[in-house]
Amino acid sequence: MLDFIAGHANYWLFIVLMMTGLYIVVAKGNLVKKIVGLNIFQTAVFMLYISSAKVAGGTAPIFPTDSKGYIKTDGIDQIIYSNPLPHVLILTAIVVGVATTALGLALTVRIREEFGTIEEENLVEIEQSLTRADNKAHGEAMGGMA
Amino acid sequence: MAGAVEVQHTALTLTDHLPVLQVAIPFLAAPLIVLVGNRTFAWVLSFVASALALVISFLLLMAVYDGGYISYALGGWEPPWGIEYRVDAANALILFLISAIGTVVLPFAYPSVKAELKTTSHTLFYACYMLCFTGLLGVVVTGDAFNVFVFLEISSLSTYVLIAVGAERDKRALTAAYDYLIMGTIGATFFVIGIGFLYIATGTLNMADMSDRIADQGSNRAVRAGFAFIIVGMGLKVAMYPLHLWLPKAYTFAPSAVTIFLSATATKAAIYVLLRFMFTVYKPEFVFETNTSLLVFMPLAVIAMFSASFVAAFQVNFKRMLAYSSVAQVGYMLLGIALLNQTGLTATMVHMFNHGITKALLFMGAGAMFYYTGSAFYDKLGGLGRKMPITGACILIGGLSLIGVPGTAGFVSKWILVQAAFENGWWPVAIAIVLSSLLAVVYVWRAVEVLYLTPPAKNSTAKEAPLMMLIPMIILAGSCVYFGIFTDLPLGASETAANVLMNGTNGELLR
Amino acid sequence: MHYHHLILRVITKLLVGTIMLFAFYVQFHGDFSPGGGFQAGVIMAAAFILYGIVFGLYAVQVVFPPWLVHKVMALGVLIYAGVGVYSMMLGYAFLDYNAFDPGHPSHGQHNGILVIEFGVGVTVTGVMIAIYYAFAGRFPQISDEDW
Repeated sequence: MLDFIAGHANYWLFIVLMMTGLYIVVAKGNLVKKIVGLNIFQTAVFMLYISSAKVAGGTAPIFPTDSKGYIKTDGIDQIIYSNPLPHVLILTAIVVGVATTALGLALTVRIREEFGTIEEENLVEIEQSLTRADNKAHGEAMGGMA
Repeated sequence: MAGAVEVQHTALTLTDHLPVLQVAIPFLAAPLIVLVGNRTFAWVLSFVASALALVISFLLLMAVYDGGYISYALGGWEPPWGIEYRVDAANALILFLISAIGTVVLPFAYPSVKAELKTTSHTLFYACYMLCFTGLLGVVVTGDAFNVFVFLEISSLSTYVLIAVGAERDKRALTAAYDYLIMGTIGATFFVIGIGFLYIATGTLNMADMSDRIADQGSNRAVRAGFAFIIVGMGLKVAMYPLHLWLPKAYTFAPSAVTIFLSATATKAAIYVLLRFMFTVYKPEFVFETNTSLLVFMPLAVIAMFSASFVAAFQVNFKRMLAYSSVAQVGYMLLGIALLNQTGLTATMVHMFNHGITKALLFMGAGAMFYYTGSAFYDKLGGLGRKMPITGACILIGGLSLIGVPGTAGFVSKWILVQAAFENGWWPVAIAIVLSSLLAVVYVWRAVEVLYLTPPAKNSTAKEAPLMMLIPMIILAGSCVYFGIFTDLPLGASETAANVLMNGTNGELLR
Repeated sequence: MHYHHLILRVITKLLVGTIMLFAFYVQFHGDFSPGGGFQAGVIMAAAFILYGIVFGLYAVQVVFPPWLVHKVMALGVLIYAGVGVYSMMLGYAFLDYNAFDPGHPSHGQHNGILVIEFGVGVTVTGVMIAIYYAFAGRFPQISDEDW
């Protein structure tokens, strides 16, 4: 049992981080906090990939070099390397995450400028009043409310 | 030279490069537009790039029309180690749809963008448009699971920007883009978790290889969990019924040109990914086993068909009405998947194609009227069908195709869908398809009533739309009718595609 | 104009050059040791952003004007894609670095990845600085005391 828990430590961490992030995105009303939650959520996925790349006793997948910079040839086939592919994938995913964060924050700044608030409840209120105004202005002609 | 290796290499020809050129040409156009920074040049370059993409996709579609597939090893790394671009009938048809819509929208976009956006943002608008175009093409053409995620995010991020620029007319575009960003990112992250599980379970990212390994080792809990994550993640992008909340807002407040492009392509590319994962990576038997289609897809699709159509019938905004109708139409496509027979998949593929052109046509009509009135509310559109006779006629054709009147493209796909339902003996579903089409009659009739039967506003200055807008509309209206009568191109390709997806026979390697 | 502390300014001027040098090291030594375009681009951008934080946005925009940032972003992507197109013209697959030295594929791979990473580095530098400009260039609506 203990082995099971300790042996899957990376998965527990992944689940906790993922649910923390998702909870923040869903539960928090502040637009910046939502983006922070989204970041935690994405980081959880990075953890999942990176931890899956670890090979027991493995080292960084770089050829060992001697002092002159030449690749050492002796004993090279005894070295165990970690899997480099998930790292590369996650490098891409991190870049995507940075782009999403930057875009989300930029939208938040613009929303703050246009609506004067970044709290979701206030935003919903403003939007509902705008929609009501639309319905009042344009719905009558159609013979009633939408 | 000592140590030199004599490698035999046959030089690749232009034909061999077609799968990568499909993506690379629009991809090159985007930075060139920013580098040159000229407004007219930006439009010309994007038009040339998308027209070239259209030609390429047509050549690819013709090559795989009868079955078989084309494989392209990116960077010379042979699959399954490297990234593979793999074109068969299923994605060639979607590639053709996306590049055709991308090309047709651009002439329309020129006057429309000029009217709706401030001049300083035009260049970046076209750069973003090209990136979105690249992303969608990439999602469809690639045979590598992680590459799908990367292209998906390229298209999504540019989509958020394209929607947000609608804020120059209505500030609610910003919150629409923000909501879509949150939901889209959650969807994409779910998708990437699913791929992660699959990678951990199989050790490969190439879809064809993944499929073989899942078949070899049988399913286990990681594989099944991956399936659930991929379905939910893609379901968000597809706007599958309870996950559709971002769509109506985004389509209503985005600039007209963006709405046209997205409505016809974005959800279709996502449905394609869903199909690819459900039927190529996981075999149909697996999907049967987990009962996903029966317990999840079927009820949700039927609910979407009715509830979204019902909501659409009560809208006072033309664009929002069409957006809700899109959610309903996605229901038909998911229903085709849920039927889990070859006819059902054919119906899904054909409906993706036909609904793409139909919805693009209708949103174009809305955009052309928006061009004069600055509003898509029905009370501002009164009588415009008579003031803009050609635009009105085009909307009428689009509306008929949306309902599924015989002689239009929409009829073909619904007919095949009903056939597929009967093939399974699910006659209540077939009746549901017909009944929900009646709801489509209601909301299309409301638009027709406004456009033709109400008197125009007294001070209305509306006249026929400019030629740049008319030509794309006429082309799309023409193809709505053409593909309703001569069904060879979409139907033949769809049948091949359904065969490829259902039976997993990729046929022979063509190139 | 509010000037920061003297020590801060002197140290910044010393550091900016060093950070840039380190960025180049990470960039061009990335094929032998951990590093590459993404990391180098961020480090390079950090030099400009540090300069901007200490000396003000105006000062750094004189050095690296916003329009140039846009062009640099596009240029990096073009370098990347250009490598792919060039290898295609040589009759190899898109981004097949073997094309650059068919007799010696490992040299071809080496040269190809250097150019690719350079393109990545250029773009990442541009993007990071553009993000900084976009946020720093906004006029704040809430003063610090209001928080």
